[in-house]
Amino acid sequence: MKRLLKIYLDKPELAGIVLLIILIAVFQVTSRGFLLSYDNLRGVLGLLPEMGMVAMGVTILMIAGEFDISVGSVFALAPMVMAITNNMGVPFVPAVLLGLLAAAGIGATNGMITLRFGIPSFITTLGMLFIARSITVVISGGFPPLLSADIPGWIFTQYIGLIRMSMFWFAGLAVILAITLSLMNLGNWIKATGGQIDAANAMGIPTSRVKMFCFVLCSMLAGFAGIVQVLRLGSPLPSLGEGLELQAVAAAVIGGTSLFGGIGTVVGAIVGALLIRVIDNGLVLSRVDANWFKFAIGSLLILAVIGNTWLRRQSRRIKLET
Amino acid sequence: MAEGAAPIIAAKGLHKWYSGVHALKNVDFYVTKGEIVGLVGDNGAGKTTLIKVLSGVHRPDQGQVFIEGTPVDIATPKQAMDLGIETIYQTNSMVPTMSIARNLFVGREPLTASFFGIGLMDHAKMRDDSVKAIADVDLHLRSPDALVGELSGGQRQGVAIARAMYFKSKVLILDEPTNHLSVKETSKVIGFVKGLRAQGLTGIFISHNMHHVFQSCDRVVAMARGEVVLNKPIGDTSIDEVHGYL
Repeated sequence: MKRLLKIYLDKPELAGIVLLIILIAVFQVTSRGFLLSYDNLRGVLGLLPEMGMVAMGVTILMIAGEFDISVGSVFALAPMVMAITNNMGVPFVPAVLLGLLAAAGIGATNGMITLRFGIPSFITTLGMLFIARSITVVISGGFPPLLSADIPGWIFTQYIGLIRMSMFWFAGLAVILAITLSLMNLGNWIKATGGQIDAANAMGIPTSRVKMFCFVLCSMLAGFAGIVQVLRLGSPLPSLGEGLELQAVAAAVIGGTSLFGGIGTVVGAIVGALLIRVIDNGLVLSRVDANWFKFAIGSLLILAVIGNTWLRRQSRRIKLET
Repeated sequence: MAEGAAPIIAAKGLHKWYSGVHALKNVDFYVTKGEIVGLVGDNGAGKTTLIKVLSGVHRPDQGQVFIEGTPVDIATPKQAMDLGIETIYQTNSMVPTMSIARNLFVGREPLTASFFGIGLMDHAKMRDDSVKAIADVDLHLRSPDALVGELSGGQRQGVAIARAMYFKSKVLILDEPTNHLSVKETSKVIGFVKGLRAQGLTGIFISHNMHHVFQSCDRVVAMARGEVVLNKPIGDTSIDEVHGYL
């Protein structure tokens, strides 16, 4: 029993899962059974991959001990680059790759500035939030370009029964990232880099390169998620993804990621993203004024951090036979 | 240098300046196989600088380091580890948010398959070997999956020593391993150091505490103002004599 409690306490994403189940039950009742209906699930699950991919990237970067709040702007920049180059005659796949390359470039710049000048990544990426947004608006020329009709957007947006194609991309990436984090030596290095950077350096881990990798990965996931959303919406609005960075950080933290680095899981990021989606959807279905959404996310975020801190302290107290 | 054999690690004529401060002044230092050398001295005497040169954190401005008689240039901590020099620092040698097994192998994970050095970790080997490695230093922990953050300071140093022994380091450098530890935990760590000597391992034990050095080392080297001021086998000197030089 004690061991069971300990496992529970050591895995903060489990608390998120429990909360998710409770909220689903509550909203299922308050929405008079509509929440888990086929049509509504289709809608919620269709949107999850976009936010979920951003949350995964932010989570992994946070585990490595750094922040990225420029993801919302990268979310808009990558599809803008894709749409503009595509309209200039670049075929679809290379255009997508160019969009991802732009995202990678932003991530690499974030990493280089943060590591080279030793400044907090919060500041670097806050600056980048403005810079990348500005570039997006400027290159759009003020008018969102139209996507050409022959783009095979279906590879992300097509529904197959309950789920969209984007869910497969999301699930595939989630599995790869989860394996990387928990089963590969690179995952060990990421956790060590964020957990105790002096020890990681002393043990010969290339911590700067590890962080650089995480910065680029985080940006590319945000860019990819943006491209998926734009193909769903049909047009790259320059204002896309505004406020997304904070939701992504909230999802990571609600899913048990530590703000001090070293702790977090891919599953936690997904649970956090799903919680935010369910609250968003559940409030609307329950006919609560939609403006309460941010209030709910804010409260949940604070409660999640208090809860995780408390759980971790309790867990440390429970010592099994030493 | 006893027995005519080249010492495992030696430094000759080391100089190091830190922006005007002459931290090492023509330092000669060596450790022969199977010997635990106690390195003592006041704060700022140059002990830590000497260790940082040997463990690849800093490079000397002048002088040469030798491993088993071969001149080497140690540019990074990773190179030092590859040469068999393992350093255990006062506090930051472990990642508290990771398990014992992961900590033991961090940076040197056994892989089942890999591509350019990145690959899948052999978890079973990591768990089994870490249990054995920890038992070898007479430390008994419940599970290799326990987080290092839950261990006491002394236990953490025990795991760090187990790690160094597991990777068969030629020289184990313990940089004030008993700092910030309670009396009980300190005696545990001193026990680990004595265990090293009993097993014929080679090590450098840096400490403020003369009693600890006299309890667990074969030879004592004292430093003051960036110079080596005394180098004698424990049997030929006394705590008072060493103190007189500091």
